[in-house]
Amino acid sequence: MLGAVDAAQAIADLTEISPQVRDVVVIGADGAPAGSNVTDEAAVARLADGAKRLAEAAEALRPGVAQLEAATLAGSVFVVRDGDRLIAATTTPEPTVGLVFYDLKTCIRSIEDTPKPARRRPPAKKKAEDAAS
Amino acid sequence: MPPRKVVTGLLLAAGSLAGSVLVRRRAARKQERVDLYAEDGSMHSFGEGTLEAGRLLPIAHDVLGA
Repeated sequence: MLGAVDAAQAIADLTEISPQVRDVVVIGADGAPAGSNVTDEAAVARLADGAKRLAEAAEALRPGVAQLEAATLAGSVFVVRDGDRLIAATTTPEPTVGLVFYDLKTCIRSIEDTPKPARRRPPAKKKAEDAAS
Repeated sequence: MPPRKVVTGLLLAAGSLAGSVLVRRRAARKQERVDLYAEDGSMHSFGEGTLEAGRLLPIAHDVLGA
């Protein structure tokens, strides 16, 4: 598995290897956009909102949905769930579905989650000499 | 009937059947649909006119039109 990278790098890698993918947004566990290749913030918010609505509507219809594709004549919208996070992408019409899902999963799994707190070192054991004195 | 004519007829029939399958597949691909993949790996596909597609496709149109 690839090492954890930031969202911008992961999305740049995704769009480089998958030319069918157009706009991408990663939605964090808090529901806010955590990264996107779209520069306009309003467009990012609309894409993230649409992805969340799609995921919620799909979950209401069929509980346990892990990923979905909504295919229209203008293109497809993909949403993939990874734990509490989501990644959504728009593509050109008639994309290679399996490849897009694979690339989206690889992308979101390569993005490091919220930074973990540094591990505390356990207190050093006192040397036997200290204990003796 | 001469065997040559039978073979020609069979080839024409097979060709037209294969052609119609290709045309129908292509037409089906041009329809809008929603595919939902469950965590257990199962997939449900809903074409235009179904309740599921009716709820999800308008959202997808919003996203793509934005």
